[in-house]
Amino acid sequence: MPERIRRLLPNLKSVLNLRRLAAGAILLPFASAALAGWDTLNMPVGVTEVSRIVYDLHMLIFWICVVIGIVVFGAMFYSILMHRKSRGVTAATFHESTTVEVIWTVIPFIILVAMAVPATATLIKMEDSGQSEMTIKITGYQWLWRYDYLDHDFGFYSFLSTSRDSIRDRAEKSEHYLLEVDRPLVIPTNTKIRLLITANDVIHAWWVPDLALKRDAIPGFINELWTQIDDPGVYRGQCAELCGRDHGFMPIEVHAVPPDEYRAWVEEQTAGAAE
Amino acid sequence: MSEIAAAHDDHHDYHPSGLWRWVTTTNHKDIGTLYLWLAMIMFFIGGAMALVIRTELFSPGLQFVDPQFFNSMTTLHALVMIFGVVMPAFTGLANWQIPLMVGATDMALPRLNNWSFWILPFAFAMLLSTMFMDGGGPAGGWTLYPPLTLQTGNALPFVIFSIHFMGMSSIMGAINIIATIVNMRAPGMHMMKMPLFVWTWLITAFLLIAVMPVLAGGVTMLLTDKFFGTSFFNAAGGGDPVMFQHIFWFFGHPEVYILILPSFGVVSSILPTFSRKPLFGYSSMVYATASIAFLSFVVWAHHMFTVGMPLAGELFFMFATMLIAVPTGVKVFNWVATMWRGSMTFETPMLFAIGFIIMFTIGGLSGLMLAIVPADFQYHDSYFVVAHFHYVLVPGSIFAIMAAVYYWLPKWTGNHYPERLGKWHFWLSTIFVNLTFFPMHFVGLAGMPRRIPDYALQFADYNMLASIGAFGFGFAQLLFLYIVVVTIRGGEKATDQVWEGAEGLEWTLPSPPPYHSFTTPPVVR
Repeated sequence: MPERIRRLLPNLKSVLNLRRLAAGAILLPFASAALAGWDTLNMPVGVTEVSRIVYDLHMLIFWICVVIGIVVFGAMFYSILMHRKSRGVTAATFHESTTVEVIWTVIPFIILVAMAVPATATLIKMEDSGQSEMTIKITGYQWLWRYDYLDHDFGFYSFLSTSRDSIRDRAEKSEHYLLEVDRPLVIPTNTKIRLLITANDVIHAWWVPDLALKRDAIPGFINELWTQIDDPGVYRGQCAELCGRDHGFMPIEVHAVPPDEYRAWVEEQTAGAAE
Repeated sequence: MSEIAAAHDDHHDYHPSGLWRWVTTTNHKDIGTLYLWLAMIMFFIGGAMALVIRTELFSPGLQFVDPQFFNSMTTLHALVMIFGVVMPAFTGLANWQIPLMVGATDMALPRLNNWSFWILPFAFAMLLSTMFMDGGGPAGGWTLYPPLTLQTGNALPFVIFSIHFMGMSSIMGAINIIATIVNMRAPGMHMMKMPLFVWTWLITAFLLIAVMPVLAGGVTMLLTDKFFGTSFFNAAGGGDPVMFQHIFWFFGHPEVYILILPSFGVVSSILPTFSRKPLFGYSSMVYATASIAFLSFVVWAHHMFTVGMPLAGELFFMFATMLIAVPTGVKVFNWVATMWRGSMTFETPMLFAIGFIIMFTIGGLSGLMLAIVPADFQYHDSYFVVAHFHYVLVPGSIFAIMAAVYYWLPKWTGNHYPERLGKWHFWLSTIFVNLTFFPMHFVGLAGMPRRIPDYALQFADYNMLASIGAFGFGFAQLLFLYIVVVTIRGGEKATDQVWEGAEGLEWTLPSPPPYHSFTTPPVVR
């Protein structure tokens, strides 16, 4: 038991860095993307056109909700402060007004329509996987992923590479603890890629927040997604549908590389397979 | 004829004492009390499970439990809290209050009432016993999605049978409530004069009767898939695992309104009392409740936006879900208008009711965000969802139940609860519940999936905060238990009306009310 407590101490120190936390909590509504800590408080903007649209949509709805909250809670707190018996207020007796009821039915409805329009446009764009330049099949297993490059006839399994020891607190935790794999999915940038998603045993879900992609991997069925990544880089994600004991231990690591680098990598892979 | 009537009366005067009284009781107050105590016990059991979860999530790495056990904790925590706490607590409140509020002697079907309660302790004993079975308890999530749930060990049939029992109990309770409300109202108590708590429960009861059989059917299909060679949900045999999700959420979405509509009724009773002003927009409240109930049947697939539905399906379920914001908004606005220009005091029930409105609205707004499909692809199955539904269920339903207990406890027991302690309980609960669930919005948006026993390092700080909050909230509830026990044992005597601004039939009876509530029906003007 004392050992366990000792192991927790470094983390306690980090949480006791209250300044950062307090700044995060207080500044949340006002913070801009430039502030440190923001990226752990909010949805990532991501690296695809779609992910940026999704982020903007998310922020739009968030701000609408904030405004609604300020209006409703503002009226309520004003009432709580002013209309209290201890201030000697006598209660009014009004208890209905059809006009008011109609107003606060119609105005929310209009706000909803205003939200639905951009949401519908975005959704239509997201569901259009036509004219894709290459296809990768993703298969979920308990508890790993398999990636098959259908255009080049090769594929591989992708396992968690974090060691048992570091999970059990017997070794140092690396920077990308639980978000690192032995063989990442390598894909080219600036290319429209179709992803076919399925599973071999139970339902999994393939989620990479930076790409704004999440889709269930269902045994016996194939789901379709697409992405087109602008910036080279490493993007990480996790299985998002409970799939058994090691559901928390089947991460996703995507390496987006420039197209010529990708072609070289594919040649390497297919040459290896031919041997 | 008169002899028969006399024998009938004798029968009524027979009160066994001790344990046997509680086993054989057909009295609505006794049964209400039983339901409420069951909910209290299950609240601490389900809460202990939550603390196991939060202990493991206190810091990155696996320190305390095996991931499989962790998964069975999340599964059982949900089943216990939904079926063992919120539903029985509301049924207990209905048992106590509906006859008092409509001016009846008792519930319409007293023996059915006894049976519908006494099924439950056995159902939960069976459910909890699965933790000690070969292969452990159910660990596929309370949503029981196949094929994962079919990997459960010996526990599976016991879980399914216990869900059948809970469903039977709920249906019988719902039948009883409908029969009481429709048939036993006092003269002059027209439908549109009923207290809103009675209205919301009437609508809830219809939802229960409509959807509990759907759940029973779904879990029975799991049972036959596992043991009798059917392939309802097995793609290899021509079935469809997603069909289970459709069946489950056709039950599941009305179910979430079953868990919240009676809260609306509770809050609509409490606010006018402590604002000393009638409820604003009574009839629009009734219509809004009915609209929410109706819409709840056509939004189920918003729980499954990532399964790969056709575009038209996604759009339909997005629009229908957004529409629910309209009647829900009407309710919130009506509550604020009820408080507006009232003459408010802030006793514990009022504090919990106001806390309910604020935090339920926060949960409602995050629910609106979740309805937006493109953004939901990011939120789905993340901690953002965990934050959302805990906001509507804990400072939502649970706070409403606590508000109701503080509000009616002086009526039930004849004693006032200690006001100062009640306020302490409210403020501790409110601070800790927000400390627990607010940071979950952040980690969810930043990419933390739900139902994982261990997480990446960037989620560490907020998870630690949430764990601290969870322990604070859990221990604050011991104060609630203490307050209830001391109030039952004694305290300052309550008047018949109890609260200065209280209006309604229940406040015309003595505190505590007689064993058979209204032996002569009151006349409602």
